[in-house]
Amino acid sequence: MSNVPSDLKYTKTHEWLRTLPDGTVEVGITDHAQHALGDLVFVEVPDTGRKLSAGEPFAVVESVKAASDVYSPIAGEVTAGNPGLAAQPEAINSDAYGKGWLMRLRPSGAAAALLSPAEYEKLIAEEGD
Amino acid sequence: MSTRLEKPIFEYSVPGRGAEDQWPRDPGAAGTEDLPAAMRRARRPLLPEVSELEAVRHFTRLSQLNFSIDTHFYPLGSCTMKYNPKACNSLAMLPEFLARHPLAPESAGQGLLACLYELQEMLKAVTGMQAVSLTPMAGAQGEFAGVAMIRAYHRARGDLERNEIIVPEAAHGTNPATATMCGCTVREVPVDADGDVDLEALKAVVGPKTAGIMLTNPSTLGVFERRIEEVARTVHGAGGLLYYDGANLNAILGKVRPGDMGFDVIHVNLHKTFSTPHGGGGPGAGPVGVGARLSPFLPVPIVGRRGERYCWLTERDLPQSIGRLSGFMGNAGVLLRAYIYMRMLGREGMSKVSEYATLNANYLLAQLTRAGFDAAYPKRRASHELIITLKRQAKELGVTAMDFAKRLLDHGMHAPTTYFPLLVPECLLIEPTETESKAALDAFVAAMRAILTEAAKEPERVTGAPHTMPVRRLDDVRAAKQLDLTWKPIGAHAIPAKP
Amino acid sequence: MAFIPHTREDVESMLAAIGVAGIEQLFDEIPANLRLAGLAGVPEALSEMEVGRLMVERARLDGRPLCFIGAGAYEHHIPAAVWAITTRGEFYSAYTPYQAEASQGTLQLLYEYQTMMASLTAMEVSNASLYDGASAMGEACLMAVRANRRSRSRRILVPTTVHPHYRTTARAVAGNQGLVFEELPYCTEEGCIPAGALDRYDGEDITALVIQQPNFFGRLEDVDALCDWAHARNILVVAVVNPTSLALLKPPGEWGAQGGVNKGGKGADIAVGEGQALGVPLSSGGPYFGFMTARMEHVRQMPGRIVGRTLDAAGRAGFTLTLQAREQHIRRAKATSNICTNQGLLVTAATVYLSLMGPAGLERVAAAARARTRELVGALTRLPGVRRLFRGPAFHEEAIGLDRAAAPVLEKLAARGILGGLDLSEHYPELGPALLVCATETKTSADMECYVSALADCLREARAA
Repeated sequence: MSNVPSDLKYTKTHEWLRTLPDGTVEVGITDHAQHALGDLVFVEVPDTGRKLSAGEPFAVVESVKAASDVYSPIAGEVTAGNPGLAAQPEAINSDAYGKGWLMRLRPSGAAAALLSPAEYEKLIAEEGD
Repeated sequence: MSTRLEKPIFEYSVPGRGAEDQWPRDPGAAGTEDLPAAMRRARRPLLPEVSELEAVRHFTRLSQLNFSIDTHFYPLGSCTMKYNPKACNSLAMLPEFLARHPLAPESAGQGLLACLYELQEMLKAVTGMQAVSLTPMAGAQGEFAGVAMIRAYHRARGDLERNEIIVPEAAHGTNPATATMCGCTVREVPVDADGDVDLEALKAVVGPKTAGIMLTNPSTLGVFERRIEEVARTVHGAGGLLYYDGANLNAILGKVRPGDMGFDVIHVNLHKTFSTPHGGGGPGAGPVGVGARLSPFLPVPIVGRRGERYCWLTERDLPQSIGRLSGFMGNAGVLLRAYIYMRMLGREGMSKVSEYATLNANYLLAQLTRAGFDAAYPKRRASHELIITLKRQAKELGVTAMDFAKRLLDHGMHAPTTYFPLLVPECLLIEPTETESKAALDAFVAAMRAILTEAAKEPERVTGAPHTMPVRRLDDVRAAKQLDLTWKPIGAHAIPAKP
Repeated sequence: MAFIPHTREDVESMLAAIGVAGIEQLFDEIPANLRLAGLAGVPEALSEMEVGRLMVERARLDGRPLCFIGAGAYEHHIPAAVWAITTRGEFYSAYTPYQAEASQGTLQLLYEYQTMMASLTAMEVSNASLYDGASAMGEACLMAVRANRRSRSRRILVPTTVHPHYRTTARAVAGNQGLVFEELPYCTEEGCIPAGALDRYDGEDITALVIQQPNFFGRLEDVDALCDWAHARNILVVAVVNPTSLALLKPPGEWGAQGGVNKGGKGADIAVGEGQALGVPLSSGGPYFGFMTARMEHVRQMPGRIVGRTLDAAGRAGFTLTLQAREQHIRRAKATSNICTNQGLLVTAATVYLSLMGPAGLERVAAAARARTRELVGALTRLPGVRRLFRGPAFHEEAIGLDRAAAPVLEKLAARGILGGLDLSEHYPELGPALLVCATETKTSADMECYVSALADCLREARAA
């Protein structure tokens, strides 16, 4: 059973999005996604200052059996990539919604279609066996 | 097979030791005079310093840690691990063939060129294509050549919009990777419940951007694409071309030809169907064959004939060629081995290959089904390979296809393919090939039965397998996170080796 | 003969188990109109004895002329142990080591190979091989594009002193992904890239600079200056090197006036080349193998297989393929390359060869080859009408100029069983009639004397005519 916190938004491609008090947005991959990938061995996060459009791939997460692109749910400019993941990619496995955050960005406009927690739960129920 | 591990060869080194009798005489100052000091190497590279016997012993012992066709049943699906006849090796290694420089004149190569020309002709006959280039050095390079030729063809006609390559979901990973390398985008089509390409989905995906489709037949799911002619009509009708991935040619050799099925370009894996050695990961050879439309674009060089003389045809003779794929002319030594094998098979032998490969696969399908395993496509005939799915066992017993694969090693058999096709969960893709006897197949079924029983009674024996190999299961996660890719002198090493 | 072991009883019993009357029924899913009656165009089967005679006859036709051609493929002595071990069934007929527990032999050998190549090139990491030197250069350019984040142009500078076939192959292999190859002219007196050749690119967005050392003419380029120029401008350096030469010459990881990584400088970013000289016979151009080494920071952009050392479930050290997530069978459309099969058997031969040679032996081979070529070229250029084309240091091949067209001269020599060198007029017509000649440690003084006097005869005949 995957963990789907109720205070976040989600995407069809298994990213989560959290709005921070200062208006920036924090993005990571969901518990469902980290479970499917297995133990993560390497994570590449974007550089500060990079401008992204909605739906653009901004990071790569690599496990032994897969390497997946992670897509930005929203357009904006990257204010920080999580520096801790270089040494500890497994933080995503153990704490996908906390220490496993991938990047923060200042939104500049359009979000791609975002899902509510209930809609995301429905999606992963349909995908699973 | 041995289970005693060897230490890395560097740990045998003693400074000053070496196989001196193999070295040339010291040329003295003449070797290095007029070589500016700034260009000289300052410190010696880390290479072993061992005697000839120490080297021979070390590498012989390493070889004894391997499974191989010569020593073990090796039913790897989609790899065609058939017997590699020794004559193919010894005759390809005749001293004159080994000593010939690639840039030697044609006059000093008529023997080799005759073999290569005849190989081209035989491949044309077997595949039903009009022209062949032997240069691609592996299946993946053959695929690259094929897709590059399709792209070149469309561009030559001024049709610059066509850059989509259609690939079934079940395709081998090299197919979409190749499409990307050729600057194309990939469109996937689903496969239906019986393993055939979903025709309705295909019709929805083809259009003015379609450059072509990449298919294997029989498909990667081990079954024949029954409506191949309709697939061909659909793609051709939309202006695209058909590419045939020859990985599964062993199933239809002498029975059907890709050219007759409507394919415009094919590649053949000589290291699969035509028994050249797998060598621990190559070398292969992936010759491409084409219909008339694509022949101007073939990669060079090709062997031609002018009267009684054989010659090379190069960029000058094929100005629209997609170019050279290698420094010289591809893997000549591999091509020779395939030539020798094909001469030994002859026309009758080719048909026998597909007949007995198919017989063996269908026999395994019947016996494994009897033993309680689930075929992925139970209503279909197996081609030269079959897929069983262990989804049920994984759910009921907690034992996966990978666990079965590892336990088979303890039975002295190499596992079937487990990582592919991605479409079938917990699959074992099994290809016995025609060179395995009924006794070998019966032994395999018996081993699978035994593991199934064990999985119900003592699952840890299966999930903890292998138990009798030189090493137990290896920590892949650690291998990728703590990269140890080169040996470092004692003291600098990350891993303390246990005795 | 198809090496099929079944007896009639076996077949009957198997058909019964399947539930069909005959083998033909197993093909009933194939549309009848596609089925072949037989294979016209394929000759009848030959026994092993018969094909043996055929091949011996064909080999005899080709003979064994005395070979003085280099140009990317080099004749060296290969100890008998190399191929005795390499053709052992356990190496020869093994598959790619995907099931690590059943392949520790191959995997450990590859780990040892990676170690040797990384050290030989003074780089930090090596892959387990690519197809050959030419395609490796193409892959290196693609890798440079992925690795160089600061450049968007995909422009690659390639000197015309890089092997002509390598340049064509790189274009064929990498051209479809938007790479733009720009050729740098060379100096016809020096046979090298002139000092000012790069000036016009100052300030432009260039992704990588390719440097071949020794270059196609055997000449030694000023690699330190070229490397420094590139690095000062955020341009990655792709080195294309001859592995034997690295026993004598400064390796790519130490290029740069500051002496590479070990002395505060930078060294090349990626090094590739043709591995054939390390224990692989000439065999008409293949199979060979391409090697690729690089700085550790680029390892995830590296195509091909890589072996890593790790621990097994019992805490013992063992080897396995790693970083596979980059490869085609997982990453599919986004893989670093489509490469699947590589050149495992040839790498096996090279690893055994390097173990027999060791650092001292490899240095001897390099020095002996260089000495022989100097001796040969010295003797040839003492003949009237023959001159050295380029001044400056060379490794083990050199270009010589003739006073008449090269092709007829080579033909006459070939009729006497001597392959005198490569005619340079096809790729470098601006040099006039010229040959690229190479003599390795396999050539005795008698061999070279044979060549020199044959050439003298040919030149005399032509003058008399």
